[in-house]
Amino acid sequence: MTTIPKFDQVKVGDELKPLVLPPVSRHQLALYCGGSGDHNPIHVDLDFAKKFGFKDVFAHGMLSMAFLGRLVTSYAPNNKVRKLGTRFTSITWVGDVITVSGKVTGKREENGEKLIELEVRCTNQNGQDTLQGNATVAAA
Amino acid sequence: MELDKKLIGHTFKPFTTTVEAGKIRLFCKAIGEEDPIYSDEAAAKAAGYRGITAPLTFLRALQADDPNKGGLLRLLNVDIGLILHGEQHFEYFAPVVVGDKVTCQEKVVDIYDKKGGALWFVVQEMEMKDQTGKLVAKGKGVTVVRNPDAAKK
Repeated sequence: MTTIPKFDQVKVGDELKPLVLPPVSRHQLALYCGGSGDHNPIHVDLDFAKKFGFKDVFAHGMLSMAFLGRLVTSYAPNNKVRKLGTRFTSITWVGDVITVSGKVTGKREENGEKLIELEVRCTNQNGQDTLQGNATVAAA
Repeated sequence: MELDKKLIGHTFKPFTTTVEAGKIRLFCKAIGEEDPIYSDEAAAKAAGYRGITAPLTFLRALQADDPNKGGLLRLLNVDIGLILHGEQHFEYFAPVVVGDKVTCQEKVVDIYDKKGGALWFVVQEMEMKDQTGKLVAKGKGVTVVRNPDAAKK
C-alpha cells in the first residue's frame, strides 16, 4: 500500500522510483482498446493505420498516461492526487520500452493543504520523451 | 479541411454512467496495475476508500461510456483516423468508486490551427459529478486533427 509522503521529509529534486514497463505489445493495445472504451481502430487494426499514413498501429496516448498514473500512485495514494496532466509529445510504437520517471519540483501550501508538485514523463528506449506531464499530490 | 470555430462553446448532452468493477478490472489488466484497491473491496476499504476505486485515468474510460460517443468527430465532420491526442489534464476532488453513478458534461472551449492549417487543435473541458451532485473531477483534453489536405499542397 502506498503511504502518504511526509511534507517535511520531501525535498525539491527528489526522484521517484522509476517504472520500467514491458515492451508495448499488440495484445496490450487490444486489452486497452476494450478496457478504456477507446475503440479507435488506429491502435489495433494495421490495415486502418496504414490507410491513414502510419507504418504500424501505435499505443493510445492514454495508455501511457495510465503509466504516469501508476507512477504517481506509487508515490502518493490515489485519494491524495489532486492533479495529473500531460502533453503527448511523440508516438509510442509496438515494441517500445517505456520508462516512467518523475521528480519533485516544488512544495507549497494551499487552502491549508500541504502540496507536492511533481514532474513526470514517459521516455522510450531511444531516450525520447513520449509524454511530459505534471502532477500535484497532497502530503501529510 | 478547415474546422468551424463557431463550434467553440458547443456543449454536449450530459450522460450518466455507473462505475463497474469488471471494467476497472480489465482496465487494470491492460495497464499492468495490480494494487488491490482497484480490485478488492476489502482491501480498498482497509486503505480508506468507500469501495473499489477507479484508477486516476479511468475517468477517460467513463467519458467513453457516452451513449452519443463520437459526438465530437460528428460535430467536426472529421474521420477518426485523422485524430491524435495532444494533451490531457485531470483535477481530482474526490475518488470515484464502484457503484457510483457519475454524470459527465463536456464542452468545446477552443479551436485553433497551427502550421498554416496543417494541424487543428480542439480543446474540450469536462466536469464529472457523482450521484449526490458533488463535483468529483474536472478534465481538459486537446484533440489534434491532421489535415488530410495539407500534404496535397
